[in-house]
Amino acid sequence: MAMSKSVRYLTPLIVFGALVALLVWGLGQDPREVPSPLIGKPVPEFSLPALEDPNRTVTEADLKGKISLVNVWASWCNSCRAEHQALMSLSEVPDFQIVGLNWKDEAADAMRVLRLTGNPYDLNGYDPDNTVGIHWGVYGAPETFVVDQDGIIRYKHIGPIDREVWEKKLQPLVAELRARG
Amino acid sequence: MSPLIRTLLIAALLTFAGAASAYTLEEFRFDSPAQEAQFRDLISKLRCLVCQNESLAGSQAELAQDLRNEVYRMLRAGQSEDEILDFLVARYGDFVLYDPPLKPSTYVLWFGPFVIIGIAAFFMLRAVLRRKPSTEADISDAERERLRALLDSDSSPDGNGPSSATSQATTQATTKQST
Repeated sequence: MAMSKSVRYLTPLIVFGALVALLVWGLGQDPREVPSPLIGKPVPEFSLPALEDPNRTVTEADLKGKISLVNVWASWCNSCRAEHQALMSLSEVPDFQIVGLNWKDEAADAMRVLRLTGNPYDLNGYDPDNTVGIHWGVYGAPETFVVDQDGIIRYKHIGPIDREVWEKKLQPLVAELRARG
Repeated sequence: MSPLIRTLLIAALLTFAGAASAYTLEEFRFDSPAQEAQFRDLISKLRCLVCQNESLAGSQAELAQDLRNEVYRMLRAGQSEDEILDFLVARYGDFVLYDPPLKPSTYVLWFGPFVIIGIAAFFMLRAVLRRKPSTEADISDAERERLRALLDSDSSPDGNGPSSATSQATTQATTKQST
């Protein structure tokens, strides 16, 4: 009897505690991180002029045969500037290529940024009107997709890449993809 | 300018300012009023992913403009409402829809509240139904024994006889026993 009584009095407290835990967990979630439905799917077909050379086109074929980080960026985007240094150091890693999707930008502005701060990209698609961005489900910059050797999108990171993101999320995935061959 | 005219003028300006900021859409031209209605219906069903509490219809974000243009383009190209919605869901996920679709991953969202109400109703009913019997036997045998002892000592020669309070307790105790 005493046992069941103490249980009865403790139940609201336990329920309350569980609710608090749920809400605290909810606060830690970022509502901007909308999961992409493209994970596990082949990259959408596209064809864009290269930023550096308008006569060259960048297509989904450029994303096959090796691991790619596809980085959505723009010269007007502050967070892109914040992750630029991280991309610069990643560009020295030979395991993957970094392909930029220059998004809703002016070519001249974008080129100036690359000239002044360095160019971490192996290749850049120039998408001023968001024609390709929509097909990739891009809704902000920066965003980074990890594309495997077969051109399948394996991961999407929303927001700037920093050391923590690289070490905890991207690096293990790249290592796994490399091991797979 | 007289104060009255000035007031009226300001009032008129404010009215139009309000209307303008509420719906500054790009210049869209439609084949028919039905198509326009369909367009407006569609963009009010779609979420702007940048300012997540706004629909494509209400959002001033650049991405919302791009998506409105895309919806417009597809609509003019003769694509159906479902085709357009599927196109956007395939790229941006279910989150782009204001009303989440009913499917296994959203069952918790749709049915969760009813389940919680059901559980709460169950416990409430149980508590209400249990309350009745518990009022009947609330003193134990030991307590009853002690009560009798108290009553006995009360009616001893040096006491003033049973008070009204204790006589009430006696009647209560006897009723309890009889049930």
